[in-house]
Amino acid sequence: MTMIFGIPVQALLGQLLVGLINGSFYAMLSLGLAIIFGLLRIINFAHGAQYMLGAFIGYLLLTWGGIGYWPALIIAPLAVGLFSAIIERLALSRLYKVDPLYGLLFTFGLALVLEGVFRYFFGVSGQPYAPPPLLAGGTNLGFMFLPVYRGWIVLASLVVCLGTWFAIEKTRLGAYLRAATENPSLVQAFGVNVPLLLTLTYGAGAALAALAGIMAAPVYQVSPLMGSNLIIVVFAVVVVGGMGSVLGAIVTGYVLGLVEGLTKVFYPEASSIVIFVIMALVLLVRPAGLFGKDA
Amino acid sequence: MAEAPLLSVRGLNAWYGEGHALHGVDLDVFRGETVTLLGRNGVGKTTTLRAILGLVRKRTGTIMFDERDLIRLSLHRVARCGIGFVPEERGIFSALTVDENLLLPPVVAPGGMPVEEIFELFPNLKERRKSQGTKLSGGEQQMLAIARMLRTGVKLLLLDEPTEGLAPVIVSRIGEVLQMLKARGITVLLVEQNFRFARRVADRFYLMEHGRVTSGFPVGELEARMDLLHEVLGV
Repeated sequence: MTMIFGIPVQALLGQLLVGLINGSFYAMLSLGLAIIFGLLRIINFAHGAQYMLGAFIGYLLLTWGGIGYWPALIIAPLAVGLFSAIIERLALSRLYKVDPLYGLLFTFGLALVLEGVFRYFFGVSGQPYAPPPLLAGGTNLGFMFLPVYRGWIVLASLVVCLGTWFAIEKTRLGAYLRAATENPSLVQAFGVNVPLLLTLTYGAGAALAALAGIMAAPVYQVSPLMGSNLIIVVFAVVVVGGMGSVLGAIVTGYVLGLVEGLTKVFYPEASSIVIFVIMALVLLVRPAGLFGKDA
Repeated sequence: MAEAPLLSVRGLNAWYGEGHALHGVDLDVFRGETVTLLGRNGVGKTTTLRAILGLVRKRTGTIMFDERDLIRLSLHRVARCGIGFVPEERGIFSALTVDENLLLPPVVAPGGMPVEEIFELFPNLKERRKSQGTKLSGGEQQMLAIARMLRTGVKLLLLDEPTEGLAPVIVSRIGEVLQMLKARGITVLLVEQNFRFARRVADRFYLMEHGRVTSGFPVGELEARMDLLHEVLGV
């Protein structure tokens, strides 16, 4: 058997794949967080709950309505995006003028309520969600076995991240978003409906989380706590990448996923804290994050 | 009967937090005019522009523009009525290229200048259209701040100290641009400390002191009032 640094190649590649999968979810989730923080200046603690909501909507569509994975991939993000846009309109928009701490507390409370509701009805044990038949099974790449669904996640998340990046960096709506992130009142004084832009941005960020959630359903199980387990790591990713930096969130998401996977191979004891150690080091050296602009 | 003013401000009061900045500003701007607000630093010239636009929200009084009271409108609707703004700090976005900065303000009415014409007027901007907006020189940023308002078809342009800190050659270029705006029938309300610049472009002046307009006069009476102005402005 081939060995690298005393580690079997299969094990190494296997962990790298797991790292890449986790990284795909880190990237998609931290992307939404970064966009929301950039424009709304709100640290969206409900992001994990919105991710969980996406997975549960997929699960409920299947068990109650017999509606499968592919329609759910559209329906879940739309539903969560709409729900979150309404939350922004009714509640969050009232908090922009007060200390950012209130936004954080509100979204944290919202996350607790959502998780509590689902825990009441479904308990804490995970519900299984099978991948769609088209993506079931796996292929032998010669050097390792690749489950098709995992390959799909990596591919789909890359498309989603690049698509979002393109929408922000290269389109007119994206230019509004970037300009409003920099100076919202001037953009509004030019005639852009910035309050609406804020609502859409929050809805879109939440929809991204829900999309990640439904994509995660076949990999991790569907459980009310699936979001809170993940979100703390995602916050660390956003901090490392630089609060509000879209490219930083994407790149850091994948890289830290891989780093975490490698740590599992070489020093498993550190794998659950390595991201936080990196976060602490980055904060010491570059407080604005790797891709953040120094304020 | 005389034509109704395009912009008519009456009894405008404005506050920054607890600070009472404007104490009943009255002014009129007629269609096609260029009107300049004069006054020392801190008398409320910039605040007047920002209160008309709605960037200062805490205000009372009436601001009639084209038969609509702007004070009731939310910020983005004011621009949609046909009012453009070039802020003192220029407001060029660093996250946007020159092109994106130019195309950012939505078109609010027909009759704006096509982008090709804008680039003919400002060839420097065309050369640097892919650069980051804030990488431009101060003069170029000022040109960009004015240029992006030409596209949108605004009827009234609020210009806050466009010549501040710029070299004489750039100042004279901005003077030419203002003449061109006037030729196109765009109404301008200008805040300006540079007296020699203002007298070249303005049709009328208002003098502000302590958050009020204390006098107004056409450009023809400027010479006769020079002594008073020197005294009030300290120039």
